[in-house]
Amino acid sequence: MTTAKVKKQHEILEAVVIRFVGDSGDGMQLTGTQFSDTSAMFGNDIATFPNYPAEIRAPQGSLYGVSGFQVHIGSIEISTPGEDLDLLVCMNPAALKTNLSALKAGHTIIIDTDSFTKKNLEKALYASNPLEDGSLNNYRVIEVAMTSLTKEALKDVEGLDNKSITRSKNMFALGMVYWMYDRDMNHTLEFFENKFKKKPSIAEANSKVLKTGFYFAETLELIPNSFTISPSKMPKGRYRIINGNQATAWGFLAAAEKSGLELFLGSYPITPASDILHELVKHKHFGVKAFQAEDEIAGITSSIGASFAGDFAITTTSGPGLALKGEAVGLAMILELPLVIVNVQRGGPSTGLPTKTEQSDLLQAMYGRNGESPLIVIAASTPADCFDWAYEAARLTLEHMTPVLLLTDGYIANGSEPWKIKSIDEMPPITHKQIGGGDPEKWHVYDRDAVTLAREWAIPGTKGFEHRVGGLEKDKTTGNVSYVPENHEYMTNIRAEKVQRVQNSIPDLKSDFNDEGDLLVVGWGGTFGSLHSATKQLSEEGLKIGHVHFNYINPIPKNTEAVFSKFKKVVVCELNNGQLATILRGKFTNIEFSQFNKIQGLPFGVSELTQKFKTLIK
Amino acid sequence: MTEATKYTFKDFASDQEVRWCPGCDDYVILRSMQKALPEMGIKKEDVVFISGIGCSSRFPYYIDSYGMHSIHGRAPAIASGVKLANPDLSVWVITGDGDSLAIGGNHFIHVLRRNLDLNVILFNNEIYGLTKGQFSPTSLIGQKTKTSPYGNTQPPFHPGELALGAQARFFARIGGNTPKEMTQLFIEAEKFKGTSLIEVLQNCVIFNDGCFTQYTDKAVREDKQLHVEHGKPMIFGKERNKGLVLNGLKLDVVTIGENGITESDILIHDAKEPDPTMHAMLVRLDYPLATGIIRAVEELTLEEREKALTKEVKANSKFAKVDDLFLSGETYEVN
Repeated sequence: MTTAKVKKQHEILEAVVIRFVGDSGDGMQLTGTQFSDTSAMFGNDIATFPNYPAEIRAPQGSLYGVSGFQVHIGSIEISTPGEDLDLLVCMNPAALKTNLSALKAGHTIIIDTDSFTKKNLEKALYASNPLEDGSLNNYRVIEVAMTSLTKEALKDVEGLDNKSITRSKNMFALGMVYWMYDRDMNHTLEFFENKFKKKPSIAEANSKVLKTGFYFAETLELIPNSFTISPSKMPKGRYRIINGNQATAWGFLAAAEKSGLELFLGSYPITPASDILHELVKHKHFGVKAFQAEDEIAGITSSIGASFAGDFAITTTSGPGLALKGEAVGLAMILELPLVIVNVQRGGPSTGLPTKTEQSDLLQAMYGRNGESPLIVIAASTPADCFDWAYEAARLTLEHMTPVLLLTDGYIANGSEPWKIKSIDEMPPITHKQIGGGDPEKWHVYDRDAVTLAREWAIPGTKGFEHRVGGLEKDKTTGNVSYVPENHEYMTNIRAEKVQRVQNSIPDLKSDFNDEGDLLVVGWGGTFGSLHSATKQLSEEGLKIGHVHFNYINPIPKNTEAVFSKFKKVVVCELNNGQLATILRGKFTNIEFSQFNKIQGLPFGVSELTQKFKTLIK
Repeated sequence: MTEATKYTFKDFASDQEVRWCPGCDDYVILRSMQKALPEMGIKKEDVVFISGIGCSSRFPYYIDSYGMHSIHGRAPAIASGVKLANPDLSVWVITGDGDSLAIGGNHFIHVLRRNLDLNVILFNNEIYGLTKGQFSPTSLIGQKTKTSPYGNTQPPFHPGELALGAQARFFARIGGNTPKEMTQLFIEAEKFKGTSLIEVLQNCVIFNDGCFTQYTDKAVREDKQLHVEHGKPMIFGKERNKGLVLNGLKLDVVTIGENGITESDILIHDAKEPDPTMHAMLVRLDYPLATGIIRAVEELTLEEREKALTKEVKANSKFAKVDDLFLSGETYEVN
């Protein structure tokens, strides 16, 4: 974690956690993204965490309208967006009120004092002005009249309305932070030049305010020193910053190209999954057919149609959408067609917390359908590895001819980190089951591969292979409707067996840090970063603690029980009330599973984890 | 189609035993379709039937082509996916009044709005048959059913009116007991570029027997039905002496030879008129009941729009392979 070596004028830090907070219209997401991109290009490892309200523009100055962007940068390995803040940049009283508790004592807050008006203080439910009442005495407060300084800086720039001027103040803050952390402004200056090619006055305004903030910090006595975070030792190669939704979309693009199939996405807008749709609609040049449907059900059923017709089809959604898709998922399953269903999980139940993260759809993913309808269920664990898991979802569904449910969550979907760019050539092959032709006389709809049990995929347009499929139970060979009792049991079992046999083509589970000892930390999906950091820290302190993380959830790796049995205690950590724990208890009755759960719409903090693990080891 | 492939109706009959109730109009529709398909000039392997749930939706099992019997109400969405994935296919949606106007109402209106080149056959029998006799969205006020023992209180949809409201480009209606006309209508629907909707007035012999007899019975058919044809005067009746005229904003039935009315006074049917006002009046008429192609207005289909746009995007794109995309924009080297 963050370790500041106390020095004089210019300090060198291993890592730092910064949070930019303001009104939802203050441009905090842009500010944070610029800072993290610049740091990544400088060579730092990074992880980011945007945290914003569901309202697009909540009433100005309100507590629930606060939007934040947290970034963790380091010269060391960074696996989470960090916890306790080294620097808080606050654009208004509401932002201060809702975020101050995360700031480490003695650390710095940059505040736009212009926004601390009587009205804004009231909206933030402050009885007295925190800048005056001594409540910030434990922190180093840098008070800056950012709005006025921004106005002053822009008084000679022509063609700007008042709104554009006030909106540039986030760049003043960014400029200051750039100076404090010894960052180059060029990346952001170029960004504005490109983004506002057609509005040069806006580009000029933002650039000017950025520079003004930078030089202001340099001359301001209140900021006694600046810091350097050296480049981290990441594997050599070409990188880019990627968030989980973009990585997911790109994984599917890669899989489509590798498999030689066209990509079809049927989807309906839903937070926080819409960005996958937004990304894929851009790629008509790759032949991507991204279809915005009339509802969630049409999203998946159009994909089922496209899959029947021979495309590599996917559908993307979040929890409530998956609930609506349930019946159709069952259809895809009984048709034994390839289909990937992505669920970017958010806080539930019902509408729940649309912009917050949670892992509470695991049981829905596993069992949320009528009848016996097992799916392959896998989960991504970091923003960048969404690429690999989307690709793996494609491989599994196309090779095994059964739907795959890919779970990500709002935290990794919106969070970003460096991605070492992969090329198609280095990706594993994907062999789909389409029949180009052959002798239809010897072919039956439900003939199966002896190893995987996958059926073949005869698509419309293939002469001689005309056939009917459907949601009614089918004869095990001909595919005709069958109500024969033994046949139904046979088909039910073989569909389950087909999913189970995926175990033969997935890697073993491996415990990190220790493969035996006192405590095994078990997690799945998007909690990887926090669990990894917490376990790493404790193992470095000498505790006999290991960490396993499930990406393959149905089926789970073959050696799971063997790995579990090497530890005295096993704790399953989830952002739900114990859904994986429930599944594991059903499978391994000899093992006692402890739980650590959090359902606050927020990721695990490393310190709450280490605290819990220490008590369990005692 | 190559010259060599000339099909007969038998080529489109699957080996499955047909399991509708004896006397059901569904047999007529099936047979009409099996007769129409060989006339369409389409290869058998390029034909896809997608159905939802209900009596009508067993249809794909009986046609020897590609087919899917899917889930309740969703056939239009599934068919849209099929057509978008492969626009060269001839795609047919088979649905009923419960399937498409109740549980699948949303997909029904949106498939019409989008205008993909596919065909929807709506088997309307004003009742739920497969679930054994509950009222449907087209059941009449007062109709006694399993779920309306004292008479139905929910006003019905006119499928045609709903379709026009959803911007249907092609709407036709046909009695379930007129196989020759039906066969011809299926061929016309396939020829039409865009979404074609055909409402078949289909008698349910078990749960709603005789629901359309007042229009479809042989004895009254000519007097009660107006079979419209594009470009021809809207004349009907055994003696071909009844016709439609416009009276203000309403259609009136007049008799040729009475009150000075001559054939030249009778309205000419214009199925290709983009303004749907007259078509809407026709679909609402209950005397006479308009059958035949009421509306057929071609415009660009969704797949044509998509194809043109994709071509344009491809021509202007700097990305040939996904690797190009991955390396585009802001990247950096770690040494």
